[in-house]
Amino acid sequence: MKDRDSHAENPPKRPAAPGADDSPEKNKVSRRSFIKGTGIASVAVSASVLLGDEVAKAASLAPPAAKWLGPAAVPVTLKVNGQSHTLDLEPRTTLLDTLRDRLDLTGAKKVCDRATCGACTVVVDGKPMYSCTVLAIDAEGRNIETIEGLAPEGQLHPISQSFVDNDGQQCGFCTPGFVMSCKAYLDQEKNPTYEGVQKALGGNLCRCGTYMGVRHAVLEAAQKLQKGGAA
Amino acid sequence: MADYKWPPADKRALIGKRISRLDGPWKSSGRVKYTYDINRPGMLFGRMITSRYAHAKVTHVDTSEAEKMPGVKAVYTFPTSSEVHWEGQEIVALAAETENQARDAARKVHITYEPLPYLVADAEPAKAGAQFTKEQSARTTGDVAAGFQQAEVTSEGRYGVPVITHCCLEAHGQVTEWKGDSLTVWCSTQYVSGQGAEYSTGLGIPANKVEAICPVMGGGFGSKFSADAWGVACAQLAKKAGRPVKMMLERDHELMVAGARPSMYADVKVGAKKDGTLVAWDSQSWGTGGPDAQGGGPALPYIFRIPNVRRKHTAVLTNIGPERAWRAPNHPQMCLITMSALDDLAAKLGMDPFDFFMKNIEITGARSASYVEEMNIAASLMDWKKKWHPRGDKASGPIKTGVGLSIHTWAGAANNSNCAATIHPDGSAEVSMGTQDLGVGTRTVVGIVAAETFGLPLEAVTVNIGDSKYPPAGASGGSSTIGGVSTATRCAATDALNKLFAQVAPSLGATPDQLEAVGGQVRVTANPSKGIPWKQACAKLGATAVTATHGTDRTITSAGVGGVQMADVSVDTETGVVRVNKMVAVQDCGLVMDLKTAESQVYGALIMGVTYSLFEEKIMDQQTGRCLNPNMEFYKLAGIGDVGELVVHMMTGKGYDERGPIGLGEPPVISPGAALSNAVANAIGARVPELPLTPNRVLAALGKGGMA
Repeated sequence: MKDRDSHAENPPKRPAAPGADDSPEKNKVSRRSFIKGTGIASVAVSASVLLGDEVAKAASLAPPAAKWLGPAAVPVTLKVNGQSHTLDLEPRTTLLDTLRDRLDLTGAKKVCDRATCGACTVVVDGKPMYSCTVLAIDAEGRNIETIEGLAPEGQLHPISQSFVDNDGQQCGFCTPGFVMSCKAYLDQEKNPTYEGVQKALGGNLCRCGTYMGVRHAVLEAAQKLQKGGAA
Repeated sequence: MADYKWPPADKRALIGKRISRLDGPWKSSGRVKYTYDINRPGMLFGRMITSRYAHAKVTHVDTSEAEKMPGVKAVYTFPTSSEVHWEGQEIVALAAETENQARDAARKVHITYEPLPYLVADAEPAKAGAQFTKEQSARTTGDVAAGFQQAEVTSEGRYGVPVITHCCLEAHGQVTEWKGDSLTVWCSTQYVSGQGAEYSTGLGIPANKVEAICPVMGGGFGSKFSADAWGVACAQLAKKAGRPVKMMLERDHELMVAGARPSMYADVKVGAKKDGTLVAWDSQSWGTGGPDAQGGGPALPYIFRIPNVRRKHTAVLTNIGPERAWRAPNHPQMCLITMSALDDLAAKLGMDPFDFFMKNIEITGARSASYVEEMNIAASLMDWKKKWHPRGDKASGPIKTGVGLSIHTWAGAANNSNCAATIHPDGSAEVSMGTQDLGVGTRTVVGIVAAETFGLPLEAVTVNIGDSKYPPAGASGGSSTIGGVSTATRCAATDALNKLFAQVAPSLGATPDQLEAVGGQVRVTANPSKGIPWKQACAKLGATAVTATHGTDRTITSAGVGGVQMADVSVDTETGVVRVNKMVAVQDCGLVMDLKTAESQVYGALIMGVTYSLFEEKIMDQQTGRCLNPNMEFYKLAGIGDVGELVVHMMTGKGYDERGPIGLGEPPVISPGAALSNAVANAIGARVPELPLTPNRVLAALGKGGMA
């Protein structure tokens, strides 16, 4: 199930200080958990107004201040499509800008630039993520898959082939995002349903109106992958 | 004279079949480079600083601090920047080493304004005031007073469509690079061959010093013909910096200035006899498309030539980003107004709108016979007679269902395009033209026509488009592309083939006009066993390829198509939410070239139609003069779960094929608004007078008295 559309997700854990936790959870950032996190933060603000000293006391028990990075560039190592890249990046640089401007991986697109349209979708540790709203430093140490990693140049992944065969694309600008959302979905769900497709790809927007082709493409891709196409 | 006629149905190997688009693999692999993806060595990133006022004098522009910011290599002040007429109008552009540096530097540009009076509200003329209105057209046909005297039933209403934007996913923009005095522009454009003239005007350089490149582009919908002020600015920045510059519009800027479809509202009175015969129409309409009143007033009523008509239109001049052509300019608005008014009249007459439209179908003119066919097919695909009920669904519970219909037309005459077709001695074949593929399948259609003509498989033909170095082709606007490119390709390929035939004929003991190219063979038409493989035939060319160039041929294309659409919706009368259950589109486009991409065009138009009918509105705030939703959270597009079941039926065969290919981009996007609005009225028993059909508008209509 797609992270940003999941309703069954557990509430996010309180973030620990960097280095205090080496679990894969430590750097997970998604739109939904970000929004939920914001919600929790605003509860905390109103609580501090109500409780004053109690909250201040609790805050003093919090782990020591986080390590300060930037604003100047810092070395960041990203694992993209199985390859490691060490780059000097300002900490504010998004994963999307890094992929596009520094690694020339331009399949992911910046369209809305605020986690609404899904054109920038890449798969991070198996989850589809809006790379316009993930900082590159937060993606360090994680497994980043972009559309360029699906198949060698000149070859087509079964999902991409299904988008061609079912004409699930017109201008094609949104298509890499759809393909990557589809990839993350089908990695989890071997027997997708029509309703499941609508939900899993509900975070991607298309302006030309290719949803009919996309619906068919996802279902057909699942069948192809079942029959043993490359995953 | 060569015979360019399209092959008959039984002789078509490719035309009209379901063929996957040629550039599909480039796109779904994420490998193809759009303008936005071009990364040139040493390239800088451009960024614009734009007006925050709807109307103001720009009294001072200070870029000195910005120029000293890290990474900044060039700064440019727009020549029009002494007065700005809408929010988002460009004042300064700069280029820096990284996107972050460009953003930082942009914050250090200091601009002082002296605000001036403005109007941004989508107001009716009386409220807008004389300063902001312009009478555009008034016209009377027949005797309107006498017409209404004949009318036994009349209906009056106000209907309208607000300003919406294009919201192309690839923002407007370009990458510019100079080599000496020559300029290369990678641009997201609907008019590759026209960019030379655009940059020539803007930069004062010869048009032939400009090469425009656009192999693929991320959506235009009518908004991407010009180089625009930012194109010229980008070239100037590149010149100043001596390095390539990429400058794409930010999303907010894109939604504020890079394309608006004008609003249109009308007070309508329409009358008919008891049997449904339409006799009179009277409308006062108005709308805004920004600071200029371009074009004429709308031709109301739409399609139905009612005998007695009076219409008057007033343009409202507003300080919003100027209008640009949006798929089928004026038609979706005229269609919504007319078909809503007619649907309301049908309800007053107590008639099923299907019967009411059919009763008056004769006055739709030349396409009336097609409309009858299409209405019947659509009704069958929608199960109309079973689903339609008088206004107001009587079912218990809060969810009401209803159906609505609409018809539309579009000319779609061919543009002027030129094609060069070449057959090489090694058997390879290529066609080249300076046209562009907006995502509609132009590249594929050009390939289909060439391959069909050469009797080759599609893969055997190389299609070169999207570069101004190829023979000039017209802009892709108004559904004019297919008529231009397919006929030019057909003629050029036929001429090249005839040159090949001239070389091959002696060896087959025939004259050139006795030969045909079919199934990878060049053979004698009257004796198909007498032939040689294509490759062998081409070898007879010796060392020299044959090439032919030809323009649009209007004898094998035509204009004027019709379509019918029906919608089935559910409306939650407690929340006001409208859900699309099903839409049916029956569409004519003459001779279908590629059934797969043609259907996709219509599906896409239905989906875009659902989007503008349910969600889209550019919301302007009169208090501040600013756009309140220049982003994709609040300027909503339909998602995959919002569009319901879609059924498309393309009209083909006799009555359609012989008309030749006719453009398909515009027509199917015209009717969805009217069909959906009529379906909602049928469901809830009240007219929601304006699009989009949002919950608040639906609840307001119910509050005024639905029959539900």
